[in-house]
Amino acid sequence: MEASINGVSLNYYIILSTVLFCIGVLGVMIRRNAIIMFMCIELMLNAVNLLMVAFSRYFGDTNGQVFVVFIMAVAAAEVAVGLAILMMIYRNAKTSDTEVLNQLKG
Amino acid sequence: MELITKLIPLFPLLGFIIAALINRKLSKNTVAYIACVSVLFSFIGTLMVFFNLVNHHSAYEIKVFDWIQAGSFNASLTFLIDPLSSVFLLVITGIGFLIHVFSVGYMIHDDGFRRFFAYLNLFIFFMLLLVMGNNLLVTFIGWEGVGFCSFMLIGFWYKENKNNDAAKKAFVMNRIGDLGFLIAICLIFINYNSLNYTTFLTAGNISIDSPITLITICLFIGAMGKSAQIPLFTWLPDAMVGPTPVSALIHAATMVTAGIYMIARTNVLFSMAPDTMMFIAYIGIATALLGASIGLFQNDIKKVLAYSTVSQLGLMFLALGVGAYTAAVFHVVTHAFFKALLFLGSGSVIHGMGGEQDIRKMGGLKKHMPTTYITFLIGTIAISGIPPLAGFFSKDQILAEVFAQNKVLFILGMIASLMTVFYMFRLLFLTFFGKFRGTHEQEHHLHESPKSMTIPLVILAILAVVAGFIGFPHALGEAMHIHNWFDHFLSPIIGESLNHISLNTEIGLMLVTTVLIIIVVLIAKNVFITKETLPVAENAKLSPLKNLVYHKFYVDEVYDKFLSKPFVAISEFLNKVIDNQLVDGIVNGFGKITIVAGQNLRLLQSGNIGFYIFAIVSALILIFSIFLVN
Amino acid sequence: MLTLILILIPLLTAFILFVSGKKLAKTIALIGTLIELAFAVLVLVNLKQGNVQALTFKCNWIQSLGIYFSITIDGISMLLVLLTALLTPIIVYSSFNKEYSNSHVLFGLMLLMQSALIGVFTSMDGFLFYIFWELALIPIYFICLIWGAEGRQKITFKFFIYTLFGSLFMLLALIYIYLQSPVKSFDIQVLYQSARAMGLNQQAWVLAAFVLAFAVKMPLFPFHTWQPKTYTNAPMPGVMMLGGIMSKMATFGIIRWVLPMVPQAVEQYGNYVIVLAVISIIYASCIAIVQKDFKFLIAYSSIAHISLIAAGLFAMNAQGIQGGLIEMFSHGINTVGLFFIADIIFNRAHTSEMAKLGGIRGVNSQFSFLFLVVVLSAVALPFTTGFVGEFLLILGVFESNGIAASFAGLSIILGAIYMLRAFQLIMLGDTNSLTLHFPKLTKQEIITLVIIVILIIGIGVYPKPLLDITENSVNILLQGIK
Repeated sequence: MEASINGVSLNYYIILSTVLFCIGVLGVMIRRNAIIMFMCIELMLNAVNLLMVAFSRYFGDTNGQVFVVFIMAVAAAEVAVGLAILMMIYRNAKTSDTEVLNQLKG
Repeated sequence: MELITKLIPLFPLLGFIIAALINRKLSKNTVAYIACVSVLFSFIGTLMVFFNLVNHHSAYEIKVFDWIQAGSFNASLTFLIDPLSSVFLLVITGIGFLIHVFSVGYMIHDDGFRRFFAYLNLFIFFMLLLVMGNNLLVTFIGWEGVGFCSFMLIGFWYKENKNNDAAKKAFVMNRIGDLGFLIAICLIFINYNSLNYTTFLTAGNISIDSPITLITICLFIGAMGKSAQIPLFTWLPDAMVGPTPVSALIHAATMVTAGIYMIARTNVLFSMAPDTMMFIAYIGIATALLGASIGLFQNDIKKVLAYSTVSQLGLMFLALGVGAYTAAVFHVVTHAFFKALLFLGSGSVIHGMGGEQDIRKMGGLKKHMPTTYITFLIGTIAISGIPPLAGFFSKDQILAEVFAQNKVLFILGMIASLMTVFYMFRLLFLTFFGKFRGTHEQEHHLHESPKSMTIPLVILAILAVVAGFIGFPHALGEAMHIHNWFDHFLSPIIGESLNHISLNTEIGLMLVTTVLIIIVVLIAKNVFITKETLPVAENAKLSPLKNLVYHKFYVDEVYDKFLSKPFVAISEFLNKVIDNQLVDGIVNGFGKITIVAGQNLRLLQSGNIGFYIFAIVSALILIFSIFLVN
Repeated sequence: MLTLILILIPLLTAFILFVSGKKLAKTIALIGTLIELAFAVLVLVNLKQGNVQALTFKCNWIQSLGIYFSITIDGISMLLVLLTALLTPIIVYSSFNKEYSNSHVLFGLMLLMQSALIGVFTSMDGFLFYIFWELALIPIYFICLIWGAEGRQKITFKFFIYTLFGSLFMLLALIYIYLQSPVKSFDIQVLYQSARAMGLNQQAWVLAAFVLAFAVKMPLFPFHTWQPKTYTNAPMPGVMMLGGIMSKMATFGIIRWVLPMVPQAVEQYGNYVIVLAVISIIYASCIAIVQKDFKFLIAYSSIAHISLIAAGLFAMNAQGIQGGLIEMFSHGINTVGLFFIADIIFNRAHTSEMAKLGGIRGVNSQFSFLFLVVVLSAVALPFTTGFVGEFLLILGVFESNGIAASFAGLSIILGAIYMLRAFQLIMLGDTNSLTLHFPKLTKQEIITLVIIVILIIGIGVYPKPLLDITENSVNILLQGIK
């Protein structure tokens, strides 16, 4: 018997979140603009959220959903801090291109 | 008697402490007085102890305090008074006292007068410990202590580095011997569980399985160093740079005979090791011949006497080697008298000559220094072994016992003692006969030494004449009903000698020796008085053999070239190459590896976020794929 | 409790010193160390009376890991505590007429070190021992780094890293034994039991780790290369603490933490350590002979002496261990004496290169006499403290390995060569422009040297009191092993 949630197979959820996650990863790897990389990270986060909710529903365990809410709250806070940092970097370096921002080079 | 025994070494120690600590505040006279009196008190104490021993015939031990104790090891500072130690005590304190008195006159103008007496007293203290100790470790204290005093006194005039080098050489060579002694001590303790003479030397305690030969060889190595035997003899002639009374006391009469004392003391062990005995006899005779032959060509009055000491010590070891312990000790005693006499006499000559030691610049001193001349003459006759002076009896006893054992050794020993006769008379003739060969100022300066110097000479001369009669020859003695007191006195420790010879042989030997000696004396007289032959100048050409002997067989040069130089070179190599480059290089290498690794690894830290993420993702993929494959 | 006070007094004095000004620093340090010495004597009296209760202090520290703050004093630690308590005031006093910048910090660090050293000698818990061990390193690191001579950064860095590297192996070994124990405790008795229960192979590894750690600290060839430069570069009080006391941490560690811990391995492989130590003796002595600088010579001679101690300890018999202990004591005194002399010379002639000196004996015979006694002790002449230790050590080694002992005995020849050479070059011969006006010793220098000389001769003539202190504990130790 195939596992499903409201008629949609669990596999689709997994595939979707994997695809989203991979898009996020690729975005972070390929793009050089810090803002876009940031968004890609959010995308990865949300891909995981999606997976979490799907499983939670599938196993009938609400803990997962609670976790997702937490993650979203933390992510919001993170975005706030992260964007603030980006703002400061931009003000100082006049760019958000990560190729240029390599002052931590060893 | 217990208190007196303890006081014997204490007096010189006190003398040293006073002279060393508060010398600045005392006048020269007071220092001299304290030093001499302290040794005199020791001598008086020794006499009391000695006569007590003669009368009661009972050796005794006196414990002062526990010294080193660890586990089963225990060595206390305990004194043992028995015939052997009492004989040495008498020699040390008696001659020590005379030399102290002599030194007062000899050293009076020296800046280091107080220092000198401090060391001299300290030396007497250590020498007394050496012979009084009832165990090997106390003997070892004295052994090292006298070595140190000898070091300080050889280098007494420390401003000249030549003296300091000689002092250092003496100490280091002694130390080589000391290592042998130390190893022997360890071996004896491990095998016999005790270092006390009265305990471990009892026959039942010594098992045949124990490494007796090794132990005795090690002990003998110790004796080699202290008593200047081949190969460790070169320090003794060099030691003559010290003040002359020091040469008389330390390097002729007492310290250098410590090796003989030690072997006589442990004779039980040696008698059980025939191989070692043979070795000792060979070393002894080789040293005797070597010393005597070098002595033939020396031009420094003290050097002649020094090589003579080396050679006489060789004879003593020859005696030890054939088991004639008593004869060796007897020769130690007589030799102490006449060699101290000769050294002090040479000191008197040097004093009179204003510091000149080269006999080529002397001559005709007979009329300027009559007392010195007569005493020196007596000393020369005594050392040559002309009857009835002391040297005759002791040397005769040695040669007779050697004769009983080994004819070849006897002939060699005879040759050595004839050479002694020749160089001693050469010395005497060149110094006191003929015309004066020095400068006018020296001639003007010539004078007989003061009373404080000549009186010890006279006393020693008397002793050198009469001392021989304590050890009257056995066979002859029996015929004439004269008892060999010395042999009998030492017999509880040493046992009667095993080498018996008949009356006829004994008398025959005496006659032959005496005739030969007189012939040699006449030859010497012919060469140096009638023909007035003078020793050649420093850089004259000599035949190869003479040249070899004149340069002391190049022993010092060989040691320098083949031992010290390579040793220093190896040390330099260890220091510069191994230590600084190899060992430290490896340590620093670890540091460098870390630094190089860091420098290369830091390139990975490019600062490019994309690269980091790429690394993270590829690592993740790698890990996942590993999981998947498993 | 008394033991705890012994650790606390210097600690407290150190903190007082840190906050006090420069002016009072010397006085406070001297008083603190003297009080410490008085207390050490009090402890000795208690020990003699068998009052173990008063000397032991044990409380929980990190309960979940079985770590205790456990200290006590037996004869073996007593001797070293006494040495520490005795030498520190001498060292403090010896630096009285020298002006160091921020001297209160310097003295404070020295006292901190003293506290840690006493901790090392008294701790009965593996973890605590390690803590004290490393704690002792920190003050000396700063002493060397701040008050050292030119080029100190590099040298001190090497010294710190090297010794730290070594002690990490000790920590490893301790943790390994700890993990083997069923009770999971760092208590020394528990560690003994679990270590002895291990197989020979495991014991051998533990032995190797300990030996590595201690060999670096002592130091032993070939782990010695940090030492000569550190000794010559560090400020005088630091060198004295290092050479006089700190090097004894390692030899003490062997007695307390190696011999009873892995007796079978020592029985089996101890000979290798002895051979290494003997190589170290000869190697260091040879190098000492060709040194040009007096301080370097002392440093290398120190390696030779310490190596002899190590050889004697691994012989595992009463003579070796007793001799080792007494030699630790005498080596402490000698090293302090020699370095103090080197300092006196350096302060006056501004060089310690021996060839440039000479003839001082003629100018200053008092100094010459005191120097001579210290030299004699260094060459182990009987009736000086050096002889008692070296003789017992050689005898001890002889009982376990005759050939090695004979080679170790070479040190008495080589020692005579390099020490007399130094004495000759510095003191004898004729004066030159550097030494012609060699100033007299100050009162404080005379007092310091006289104390050292009295100790040298006193112990050399009558070593029994010191030997008595350790005798019982050594016997117990050896019985425990067998």
